[in-house]
Amino acid sequence: MLLHLFKNTHIAPLAACLALASPGAAEEIWISNEKDDTLSVIDVATLEVIRTIPTGERPRGITFSKDYSVLYICASDSDTVQVMDPETGEILHELPSGEDPEQFVLHPDDRHLYIANEDDAITTVVDTETRKVVAQIDVGIEPEGMAVSPDGAIAITTSETTNMAHWIDTETQELFANTLVDSRPRHAEFTAGGSELWVSAEIGGTISIFDVATQAEKGKIEFAIDGIHPDRVQPVGFEFTADEKTAFVALGPSNHIAAVNAETYEVEDYILVGRRVWHMDFNSDKSLLFTTNGVSGDVTVVDVANREPIKTIKVGRFPWGAALRP
Amino acid sequence: MSPYLTSLQAIITREALRFIQQRGRFIAALVRPLVWLLVFAAGFRAAIGLSITPPYQTYIQYETYIVPGLCGMIMLFNGMQSSLSLVYDREMGSMRLLLTSPLPRWWLLFSKLLASTAISILQVYAFLIIADLYGIRWPTLGYLTVLPALILAGLMLGALGLALSSFIKQLENFAGVMNFVIFPMFFLSSALYPLWKMAESSELLHDICAWNPFTHAVELIRFALHASANPTATAATLLATIIFLGLAFWGYDPARGLIRRKG
Repeated sequence: MLLHLFKNTHIAPLAACLALASPGAAEEIWISNEKDDTLSVIDVATLEVIRTIPTGERPRGITFSKDYSVLYICASDSDTVQVMDPETGEILHELPSGEDPEQFVLHPDDRHLYIANEDDAITTVVDTETRKVVAQIDVGIEPEGMAVSPDGAIAITTSETTNMAHWIDTETQELFANTLVDSRPRHAEFTAGGSELWVSAEIGGTISIFDVATQAEKGKIEFAIDGIHPDRVQPVGFEFTADEKTAFVALGPSNHIAAVNAETYEVEDYILVGRRVWHMDFNSDKSLLFTTNGVSGDVTVVDVANREPIKTIKVGRFPWGAALRP
Repeated sequence: MSPYLTSLQAIITREALRFIQQRGRFIAALVRPLVWLLVFAAGFRAAIGLSITPPYQTYIQYETYIVPGLCGMIMLFNGMQSSLSLVYDREMGSMRLLLTSPLPRWWLLFSKLLASTAISILQVYAFLIIADLYGIRWPTLGYLTVLPALILAGLMLGALGLALSSFIKQLENFAGVMNFVIFPMFFLSSALYPLWKMAESSELLHDICAWNPFTHAVELIRFALHASANPTATAATLLATIIFLGLAFWGYDPARGLIRRKG
């Protein structure tokens, strides 16, 4: 008994804290495993994998519908977006997505998916109800990062080779601006108020911050980790905390995530996670952050308040995307 | 007060006085692990990849890995240093004074052991505080649960020192202890690198490390710092303590021990 008590001392306060935060809820974090063609489902309360579900080939971006009744999966090598019933794990149907869908974003109308087609240099807009392509928009070469503004008026595609963020008017489905960013932009996010757009550049090693109203660059964040060669510090996915005061940035093969002050744009902390950290998502009260570590095939759970990694959970090979199911 | 307690108090006071008066010794005891931590571990941070093995639940920096081993190092050196002081006592004649006490010899030796363990625990906590300031922290409970582990590890290494001191004739032989006891014990253990890493280069080395009682002392401290228990390491350290204590009591027994052969 005593041994049992001791062994669980890390977890016990955490579990108690979670139980307080969300009574009776069985929160889950869904992870796409790029090389295994599966999804791993992590129970947030126990921090263990409770289900593994097969998908199409090379699942990368994943996102739930607003009511969490369906999960959209970019099955990149199957050239389709799969729609899954998260209860049963069954694929309900597929959506036309264009070739090699990598990342996508669900419009606030809960109906239109904006999909980056990496091999075709286009962004495809799909209506999830009629299951038809609404528009295809020419963007730069190798589009990847996708974001949509909170009011739904603007969609963003970043193109890895052209090194640009392309601004799409969602009314007309046409580009209205292109802004240069640093080398190989991977991910884009609007702040919750929608006044800023953040774009990470993997090779450039930076995050550029744009004023949405003018599309002008208003800041740039650089990263440097002691003892790690700058070439290995490659920002990819990032997320904002609940109060929007901090952004956590995955820094790829540096095996660290950065905690950035979202007001001063200064890096405050670096947190060690697994190898080649790629994307991340929070639990519902944003007290825990789950990072996907591609090369080490695991997910690191970070205590957001203390900025400390608390556990690393083995999932499938090359975990890529993460999505919360409350 | 019982004569047993009086003698215990006297021995501890003497050790404490010696410790306080030798401020250099305290600083040296801290500098040694700090050099390992701040120079060696920092340099190897990127070179040594660590997989997740218990008690760790996630990836750790090499500096975090090495700290329990350095706590063990402090205790190892301290255990040997107190054995050195026994050899010194013997040469200077103060041991004769101690051993003429009517109390049983095992009690006197055990008191000496307790005193040296208490001092090495102080040194370890001082080191842990500095490590904390450097940014290497443990669960708060770990600072408490490590205490019994430190007591057991300190007794084990102190008993080893006692046993060795009965073998050593002269102060000059301490260099031999350094070469033949401290270094092999420290390097052939899990203090600097995990055992699975050892197994990658040589199974034999891995097996030697796995049998080294110092490995078990280090693992005991490592788990205790994470507020978790390691029954195997606890049992192995306890067993080694009993064996070393037995050897020490036997070595200091004037009727049978090695001390007699030396005249």
